[in-house]
Amino acid sequence: MSPIVGVLALQGASREHTQALGKLGTTVRQVRLPEDLDGLDAIVIPGGESTTISMLLESSKTFDPLSELLADGLPVLGTCAGMILLAKEVLDGRPDQRSFARIDIAVRRNAFGRQIASFEMDLHIKDLKDPFPGVFIRAPGAQILDPSVETLASVQRETGEETPVFCRQENVMVTSFHPELTDDLRLHQMFLEHL
Amino acid sequence: MLRGGVIMDVVTPTEAKIAEDAGAVAVMALERVPADIRRDGGVARMSDPAMVEGIQQAVTIPVMAKARIGHFAEAQILESLGVDYVDESEVLTPADEAHHIDKWSFTVPFVCGATNLGEALRRISEGACMIRSKGEAGTGNIVEAVRHLRSILGDIRKVTQADQAELFDWAKQLQAPLGLVQEVAETGSLPVPMFCAGGIATPADASLVMQLGAEAVFVGSGIFKSEDPAPRAKAIVEATTHFRDPTMVAKVSRGLGDAMPGLEIGELDTKLAERGW
Repeated sequence: MSPIVGVLALQGASREHTQALGKLGTTVRQVRLPEDLDGLDAIVIPGGESTTISMLLESSKTFDPLSELLADGLPVLGTCAGMILLAKEVLDGRPDQRSFARIDIAVRRNAFGRQIASFEMDLHIKDLKDPFPGVFIRAPGAQILDPSVETLASVQRETGEETPVFCRQENVMVTSFHPELTDDLRLHQMFLEHL
Repeated sequence: MLRGGVIMDVVTPTEAKIAEDAGAVAVMALERVPADIRRDGGVARMSDPAMVEGIQQAVTIPVMAKARIGHFAEAQILESLGVDYVDESEVLTPADEAHHIDKWSFTVPFVCGATNLGEALRRISEGACMIRSKGEAGTGNIVEAVRHLRSILGDIRKVTQADQAELFDWAKQLQAPLGLVQEVAETGSLPVPMFCAGGIATPADASLVMQLGAEAVFVGSGIFKSEDPAPRAKAIVEATTHFRDPTMVAKVSRGLGDAMPGLEIGELDTKLAERGW
């Protein structure tokens, strides 16, 4: 039986993740309310505005039950805003912004600048032979807080400093970029292979 | 990534903060909200750069700002301020009666209004990367937003049924580039996201336009011209997310106080939606 993967659909790029997972033959369920979480094998937290998604998680009373499932080890892929929501620390978030704290990274929102500084670049991802098209839109950047977090891809900044943009710790995968906005399904495939 | 979200008109950093707290995905900086432009008349222009910067400092979400139709110098100023999107908007007084801004010559993305499919495709051909149906701003009356959404989406459905020969005629009728018409025929949607604006005043309005096919909503006067802006803003955000779930929309609609006073379209002296060519 194919796994049931939830896509958090409160705001943002849920449609693209739903389509990408659908193309890989997965049963996908959009998650907006606590009851949508029943029986999921994994969940994707898409890009969007992390402040908005965070508010909607609270108001729909989905934050706490999802947080419990994640703490119990529900596999999760977080892209862009999803990375922020899963990070242990948000360096420049709003004081009332809650995070699931499921991966030992600190993130800076809009680490790569505003909308106008959005960019695309080929990424060399560990475990993937060919480069992956990275789409960065007001993207967050990560700092690793614990050696058990694996950096699967990083971007070199003008300062020469390497900023991790794709990290994994146990069954939590997070990206600064938007794999769902490309036709390349390899990253979603990597996620499903780990279920 | 704005999809499924609410973009709110704000004129001051304080309003921007209220919008962010309520869950807006972006704020739109402008000099006066459409209801005030309508009431006070005069030329409506781009915001004071100091106000735009104040708003940028007040919030962490994207900041959009409006430039007049055809006023590429205002757009250049907004780009230099680092706004996240420029709205070339009919709500401000047009600066050019024949030409819209050549949006390809900018790095900053543009959103533009449209009342029908031809207008949407002309804006896209000029470089707009997001379309919003215009509606009639500052009225708190949803009827024009519905008309424009239905016109754009209805024509998209018809275009997908046309054969190759008919597409040439569609391009002619729509006064739009053939290549874009063919693309719409093939994909069944605009090549860019389509949002809805103009007249949204209640959570039910947001649910209505989302169900009709809008991908996100702009709310202008509807929030800060209502009796109690903060809870109404939050309710509209929630209704935009749970738009298919009437019990949720009912729940968030309770006890919001008075909506903005509405205007009858037939009694308007100026129809802002008619600006744009």
